[in-house]
Formats: sequence, C-alpha cells, structure tokens
Amino acid sequence: TPWLSSPALGRQRSVGFALLQASCVQYRLVVRDARTLQILQLYTCLDQIQYIEWSSDSLFILCAMYKRGVVQVWSLEQPDWHCKIDEGSAGLVASCWSPDGRHILNTTEFHLRITVWSLCTKSVSYIKYPKACQQGIAFTKDGRYMAVAERRDCKDFVSIFVCSDWQLLRHFDTETQDLFGIEWAPNGCVLAAWDTCLEYKILLYSLDGRLLSTYRAYEWSLGIKAIAWSPSSQFLAIGSYDEKVRILNHVTWKKITEFEHPATVASSKTIVYKEVEKSPSVETERLSFPPTRALASSLFSTQSKYDVSQVPVSLQHIKPVADRANPKMGIGMLAFSPDNCFLATKNDNIPNAVWIWDVQKLKLFVVLEQLCAVQSFQWDPRQPRLAVCTGNSKVYLWSPAGCVSVQVPMEGKAAAGTSQASCFQNIFPLVNQSEHYHVNGSDAFLELCENGYFCLQKRGVHNEMQKT
Amino acid sequence: MGDWKTITVPVLSSDSKNIFHYTSEKKISPPSMNSQVLRLPLPSSKNMHSFFSAFCTEENIEQSISYLNRELTTLGFPSIYAESKGQELNLISIINCMNELLVLQHKNLRAQEEVEMQHLKLGSDMDHLQNCYAKLKEQLELSKREIVGLQERDRQLQSKNRNLHQLLKTEKDEVQKLQNIISSRATQYNHDMKRKEREYNKLKERLHQLVMNKKDKKIAMEVLNYVGRADGKRGAWRTDKTEARNEEEMYKVLLSDYEQRQKQLLVENAELKKVLQQMKKEIILLLPPQKQKPKERSEDGLVLSDPEEDIGELNKENMWELSCETVREQLTNSIRKQWRMLKNHVEKLDNQVSRVHSGTLNEKDVISREDHELETEKLELEIQQCKEMIKTQQQLLQQLMSPCDDDTTLLLQDCYLLEERERLQEEWRLFREQKKNFEKERRSFTEAAIRLGLERKAFEEDRGAWLKQQFLSMSTDYKHSENVTTPSAFLGSCDQDNRLVKSTSQRKPPCMLSGPVSAEPCQTSQYITRNSAASKKPAGDSKPNQWVESDKEETE
Repeated sequence: TPWLSSPALGRQRSVGFALLQASCVQYRLVVRDARTLQILQLYTCLDQIQYIEWSSDSLFILCAMYKRGVVQVWSLEQPDWHCKIDEGSAGLVASCWSPDGRHILNTTEFHLRITVWSLCTKSVSYIKYPKACQQGIAFTKDGRYMAVAERRDCKDFVSIFVCSDWQLLRHFDTETQDLFGIEWAPNGCVLAAWDTCLEYKILLYSLDGRLLSTYRAYEWSLGIKAIAWSPSSQFLAIGSYDEKVRILNHVTWKKITEFEHPATVASSKTIVYKEVEKSPSVETERLSFPPTRALASSLFSTQSKYDVSQVPVSLQHIKPVADRANPKMGIGMLAFSPDNCFLATKNDNIPNAVWIWDVQKLKLFVVLEQLCAVQSFQWDPRQPRLAVCTGNSKVYLWSPAGCVSVQVPMEGKAAAGTSQASCFQNIFPLVNQSEHYHVNGSDAFLELCENGYFCLQKRGVHNEMQKT
Repeated sequence: MGDWKTITVPVLSSDSKNIFHYTSEKKISPPSMNSQVLRLPLPSSKNMHSFFSAFCTEENIEQSISYLNRELTTLGFPSIYAESKGQELNLISIINCMNELLVLQHKNLRAQEEVEMQHLKLGSDMDHLQNCYAKLKEQLELSKREIVGLQERDRQLQSKNRNLHQLLKTEKDEVQKLQNIISSRATQYNHDMKRKEREYNKLKERLHQLVMNKKDKKIAMEVLNYVGRADGKRGAWRTDKTEARNEEEMYKVLLSDYEQRQKQLLVENAELKKVLQQMKKEIILLLPPQKQKPKERSEDGLVLSDPEEDIGELNKENMWELSCETVREQLTNSIRKQWRMLKNHVEKLDNQVSRVHSGTLNEKDVISREDHELETEKLELEIQQCKEMIKTQQQLLQQLMSPCDDDTTLLLQDCYLLEERERLQEEWRLFREQKKNFEKERRSFTEAAIRLGLERKAFEEDRGAWLKQQFLSMSTDYKHSENVTTPSAFLGSCDQDNRLVKSTSQRKPPCMLSGPVSAEPCQTSQYITRNSAASKKPAGDSKPNQWVESDKEETE
C-alpha cells in the first residue's frame, strides 16, 4: 500500500496561534490542535490523498491525489472555501506550493510540463520541458526566485524565475551529462547544480546565471550522492559514493577539507556513543495474570541507553552488492546544524552510525552507534540538537551536552505487537522561519517543534505528541 | 760469523790417525742446526780413561803435544812450548790455554743453550703460525661459501624484483586498457542514451499534442473565490517594465551580497594587518640589535632593510589604511624578513645551548650554566647583605631621627657612656700591660748592654795578653801529627770545643804568619770557656751569638 499520510504543523491565526497538525487518513484530512490532539477541522477529499502540504503562511493546505490527477486546497480560516485543480489527462506526479503561498505548481505525468496555478488570479503559467530528476525545483530561502531544471535536445538547462510574477529571469545551459539536482545557497545568490552519480561534477552558478566555478573530485567512480549548504552559505558539503564528504568554501570554491568515514574510528579525541540495550528489571511479585497493558508494554519493550566506547572502535560495516544500481554505499545524508557548528552525516556503508563533525575545527567530534540502521535524522531548527530515529519505538537525541534515548510510549494495540510498534522511519524538521512551518511528507516520521514538543507519526496510527 | 766447526770427539776408535782424520774433515758446518747439535758431551766416568787415553797415549806424547800446540796456535793461543822450537813445555802457558779453553767451552755451552732456546721458541712460533694459517684458511673457505650463498640470494631477489616490475608494468597496462575500455563504453552509452532520449522526447511531444488537442475542459481550476495575495498587493501585468524591474532587483540582491562579503573581508583584512604590524614591532624588539649586512639590502630591493627605518615607517599611522599592492607587499616582505632573522637568532641560541650542554663551550660572551648560577647566587648574597645593611642603617637613622622620650634618651645616653667607659678601661688595662712589658724589656736590654760593655773590656784585655804571648812564642813546630779529625759539632760540650780549637790551631799553621789573626783562636777559646763557666745559659744559645761576634771582631 502506498504511504498514506503526511502530517504537517501549522498555526492557525484564528485559533490564537495554536500549534496545529494535519494528517490524512485515506481521503480525509484531519486538522488537530498539536497540544491536545483535539480535532479542529475535518475535510473530505475526492480520492485517496497521497500528499498534503501546508502553505507558507499556514492558511491553506493542499491535498494531492495523484491517481485522480486532482489537487484540492482547503482553507483553515474559512472552512467553506474550497478549490479543486484538475489536471485531467495530463496526469499528476508532483505538486507543491510556491513560497508566497498563493500558487500551486503541478508537475504533469512524464514531466511534460509544470503548470503554475494561481489562487489569486485566473492566470496560469506553463513551464515546458522540466527535468525528471530528484531535485528539479528549488526555491530561494526568501522565496523570491525559483530555479527549475530543464532538459531539451539531450541537454540540461536551468531556468530562473521571479516568483512574484513568474517571469523568466535567466535561462542557461549547464555542462552536465545528466543533471541530478539543484539547490540554492541560503543567501540566495549561488545555485549549486550537480551531475548524475556516473560523473562527479558540481557546478556553481551565480544568481544572474554566470558560472562561478566547477568542482570535480575524481573520474569514473560513482560520484555525488547528496549535498548540503551550511546555513551561512560559507560551506558546501558534498557527500559522495567513495564514503567521503568534501567541503568547499564560498570564497574560492575549492575544497578545504575531506571527511573520511572509515569503519574503524581511531582518533582519541572522538567520543563514540554506543547504544546498548538493558533489559528491564522485572519484579516478580508484581506479575499478575492476565498481564496488564502497561506491564506488557514494559516487559516487551527494551530499554536502551548510551555508553561511551573507548577508541579505537570498529563499526559494523556492510559491503553492498556490486552488480546492483544505486548501491547502498557512500554518504547518503548530510545536514548542518542551524548554528553552523556541526555537520551530521551518514555513511550508507555503515548504516548504524551517525557521524557528527565539528565545523569550526573541521574534525570528527562524535559518532553515534545505534543498534539498528539509522533511518533519518534532523537538527532542531533553533539549537544544535540532533534527533535520530532508527525504525524502532525510540527516538534518540544528541546535543553537545550528551546523548539520550527516549522511549515513546505506545497506546492501544500497538503495545502488544511489534510489527506496528517499530515504525518511526522518518524525521521532519520544522523550518523555523518567522512563524511558518514547512514539512515534507513520507511514512511515519518525527517532527520537532520549537516549543519542545515533537510529534511522532506511525504508519496507520494517529499522531502522538511527546514532550522532549 | 763463521761456520760452526764441529769437533766431534770420536768415541769409537783410539787411533791417532783417525783423530786427525776426524778433525780435519769435520770443519764443514751443517746447513741445519737441528740435525747436528754441537755435541760435546762430557764423557761418562766409565770410559773416562779410555776416552782420555784415546787421544794421547804414552807413545805419541810428542805428537799429541805438537798437535795440540798447532791447534792452539791456530786458535790464537800462545804456544805451549817454552821456547819456539824447544821441547820444554811452558806450564803456565799450558795452564792459561787450558783456562782459556775452559772459558771458551763455557761460552760455547751458553751459546748452545741460547741457540737451543731460540730454536725451541722458533719451533713453537712456527707451530703457532701453522695453526693460525690453518684456521684462516678455514675461515676463508667459510666466507667464500657464504659469499657464494649471498650472491645466489641476491640473484634470486633481483630476478624476483624484475618479475615484480614486469608484473607491475603489465598491471599498469591492463589498468590503462580497462580505462580506455570504460571511456569508450561510456561514450557509447551516452550516444545510445541520447538516441533513446530523442525518441522519448518525440513520444512526449506527440503525447503532449494529443493531450492538448483533446481540449480537455476538465483541465481547469474550480475555485470558490479568488484569494487575495499574501502581501495584499494587487496582481500586475507582465510587461517590459516589470522585466526590467526584475533584472534590477536581481542585480541589487547580488550586489548587496557582494558588498556584504567585501565588507567582511575588509574588516578581516584590517584586523590581520594590524596583527601583522604588531607582530613586526614585537619581532624587531625581540631581535638583538644587529648590523644589517649589505647583501641583504640588495636582495630585498625596494624593502627597507634598516629596522630603525622600519620602525619609523610603522609610526605612520595611515599606512595600514592603504591597501595598494606595493604597501601590502612591503608589509609581508618585511614581516618575512624579520621572522627569518628571528628564526636564525633562535636557532643560534639553540645551538649555543646545545653546545653548552655538550661541554665544548669556549666563547667568551656566553657563560656556562654553573657559572651563571654561581654568579646569580653571589649576586643574591650581595643583595641580601646590602639589604640587611640598609635595614640596619635605616634603623639606626630612625633611632637618631625619631624623637624618643627624655627618659629613654637619658637611658640610652647612659648606656652609651657606660659602654665607652668600659671600653676605656679595657684599653687602659692593655696599655698598662704593654707598659710593663716594655719596662721589662728595657731592663733586660740595659743589663745586656752593661754586660756587653764588660765583656768587651775583658776581651780587649785578653786580646792584648794574647798578642804579647804570640810575640814571645814565635817559633813553633810545623810538623804536627796529621790528625784528621772531623770537626766536631759546634754546639757540643766544652771538651769538644777544646778539641776543635786544637784542630783549628793545627790546621792553621800556614796562617801563623799574620800575628793578630793567629792569636785569636786561643783567646777565643779562653773567652768561650770563661763564658760558659760564667753564665748558666745553655751553651748552645750563647755560643752562636758570641761566636758570630768574635767573627765580627776577626773581620775587623
């Protein structure tokens, strides 16, 4: 079954800046108060919802139904207001909001075109030949400009549009074989475009379309897997299939250092936190038959804690199958902390570990070794605190002060079985930009919010709120 | 050295002819000494007789004598005949010859012993050398074998090395080939991909056309009512003006970003320049004042190499604000130069320190650690002493200056007076003691002087009497017994002195001519005896004095 729901957090002005949370069940959109989980609104859509997204000002929610090719928009201020966008035979593969919260960008099937629907006017814009790649659309942080990757006549192009009136600002070709993704620097002046993994090449373009620099680390081997900009736009971290992260600086666009991810951590200055399980102590007098729910959950759930391991530590290392495409190797996840001090990376060859690097010293700082494979991690948008989830019922938090593993209590039938219990698979940040929250959707996930609450979502079960 | 004449005494035949035969023959010395040792064994007592009778019997006495004579003369001994052609034997000569022969025999025996000893030594040396030789030969063999082994190994290793090189080359070639293959395949794939993509694009276009042509009314947006814009403004048409405005906006954004970055860089630059200037100043201060070498001037060219000038430059405050190329270069060059000098200086100091530690320090301007420590200790001690002195002085000064109570001052004054009085008393006592001593000495001197005068008078009288005596007894016997007596110790008893006097009187006969000189010894003897009897003082003490005095008189 395809993934079902993608909750979001929003703030409803009318309700007095309450923290809201939207989730969808089948074809219903449910909006709750984040603190009390009280249902505030309920909307019904035409078909099974595949994707929901809050608008930037949290006034609207779009619900995309790809099968039907229909996008429905709901207003929180006026529950009666409705809007339906039908793509018809053109089909729908992706849909997203524009930064101003008044336009919806639909990508039709086979990436034939992107249609920009406006909620304010009757105007419609088309963008032809969009590229079918992982990150084909990129908005600047301030929401002024949008970069779209295009492909015409077997050549890659990038078009830069002004979001206010959707006017084409610049159109230039990129020297890539097969453009894989584009991403704006947080200062909105530099656009990074990188090639497919068959070719290690990253190009840096200025806002006005000039090529600032090209960087190639090596040839022939598999290249770039993921990139991340530092919040100050000073550094560009490039994670590649050779298990290394290369950091480029914004002045010369040359590599200033490489971070290696070997299977053995040998440096004595690195702290290695290892998750160990501790079986809970059972007081035999308290045992009763039939066992109560709480007792059952406490018996079957395994507590875990962190131990500091002595270096050198050798981590669990897997060698991926050589003859498969998109092998599980290399640096697949990169994220800078919001204060620009730390960089968290994950080497897919060592799936149980999260590596945290000190950006000021350009050295490895901490390694978190988990019992299960790390599914996702996210930084707290306000402070250097990292949340990690590994697909079990715990969430792990790291900050420079220490490391903690938090057991999330289950409710109801989830406690008894294990198949439903271990479903935290993804973490979502709250992009803290004035009062906006922007969230992407996937399966179960974890959300961090600024007031110390975070929200966990499991497959098929309602959201649960936990205090950190 | 002549050949050894081996004279083998025949033991077997008693024939006299044989004797000659043997003696004339065996004059050739054998080549090797080993075989023919000088055999001159002493005959055993048994055949002593026969031995002795073998040579000379009663019949051939004359011949044997003449033979012996001949031999002896040839050997260089004097003839044993009394006269040259007579028959009488010169017994003495014979005996002498015998003696000589015995002596010769002894010598020969000794020589033989020595030779035998040397022979033995040489024999053992030879053995030793042969052993060494054998061992060395063994060792040589071993080393040769080892060398061969090593050579073999070396050859093997070299061949292995060559093989590995070959392998490496082949591997490299293969890698190159594979890379070529990869690149050719990549181009092929790209080409194919492009072809497929073109086909795909064509399909997409077709599909798009179909989709668009269908004039699907369903592709539309239904909305209840249009929402206002987020920023509240009304929508505008897209015109050229808006385009221009957008361009402007974009450039503004870019420019503001660049300006911000440039500002940051300027601030950083200014800070760094300030730090460099400070560093330069401090480095110049750290360095010892050195003479600038002339060649450094030519090296740096534009750069001012005189530190004073540099400092002068530093004082120009507005220099750091200029950011032109030459100023920047100047600053970096001068910093580099100063840093180099500082580095050299530190290296020199390091060398000096290491040399001091190794103990081979001879330079004057560097003192060893121990000396340095000693000096510091001494100086510290001095400082301590000075400090104490200063403290005491200050105390005293304070006491003087500080106004005390009348009572205390009076007391103090009294104290001082008492001290002074006591000191004076002490001095008086000393003075009196000394005075007493002086009196004693004066008395003794006067006594001595009186005595001296008396003695002088007596001496004069004696002298007169003695002179008279001399005149009377002019002729004296010169022939005295030559009693060579060793002069007795001067500090001996009176008897000894008398003896001494006697011997001196005996000894001085030639000097009797001068009257007064010769008269003195007698007088002095009398004088001495009188003196020794008169005073109880030990003879030893007085005598030297008086004797010296008398000597003095003598010389007068």
